[in-house]
Amino acid sequence: MWNYEKRLEFPVKISETNAQLAQAIATQYGGPDGESGAAMRYLSQRFAMPYKEAIAVLNDVGTEELGHAEIVCSIVRQLTRDLSVAEIKESGFDKYYVDHTTGIYPINASGVPFDAMTFQSTGDPLTDLHEDLAADGATL
Amino acid sequence: MSVNGHPCKKDLLTQINAVSFAVIDSGMYLDTHPCDLNALNYFYEMNKQRGQMLREYASYYGPLTLDTATGSCSDRWNWINEPWPWQEGGC
Repeated sequence: MWNYEKRLEFPVKISETNAQLAQAIATQYGGPDGESGAAMRYLSQRFAMPYKEAIAVLNDVGTEELGHAEIVCSIVRQLTRDLSVAEIKESGFDKYYVDHTTGIYPINASGVPFDAMTFQSTGDPLTDLHEDLAADGATL
Repeated sequence: MSVNGHPCKKDLLTQINAVSFAVIDSGMYLDTHPCDLNALNYFYEMNKQRGQMLREYASYYGPLTLDTATGSCSDRWNWINEPWPWQEGGC
């Protein structure tokens, strides 16, 4: 069960739009090392974790990753606000725009939709923890 | 800073964000250090401040959580009125 808080974990206030930058940042929502994958990874793996400290960490970090996903989506949303047709074409955002307009959709930087194949949940706690270290190491 | 005796919305929100971050991070530290008394006391103090600030914010500017949605004693459902966090003027 989750409770929603009507605030971002860290505030986002973007005054200048930039559709090219939005495409690079969007992968942190729907890409292989993005927040959606991180949240699903930890929240899925916690069920097979036998140690109470590690269950709590997977649960609480997985929950926080959902908050991070919301921050990334807010950044992308604000970066693509009030774009002109010329800006959409020149920035290369037209490929995204034709399918999703300025809606938020989880994709990686090359436009491939989010895929659960980007993470594992093996039922073996040591294997899963190694996968977690590799995944979070990739974004450092 | 205060406006008409009310704490400024932006300042109050900044404080809520700060203590909330302290609650989340000290909580996660406690997940693996459940007997650390210093951390436990820090968590209790931050969590207490957070609760007070959320109630204060709700009473002036609308609820940020369902738990504090009763704080404004209004005859309408204010949850839908204040902007969402990704919107202009949101948190």
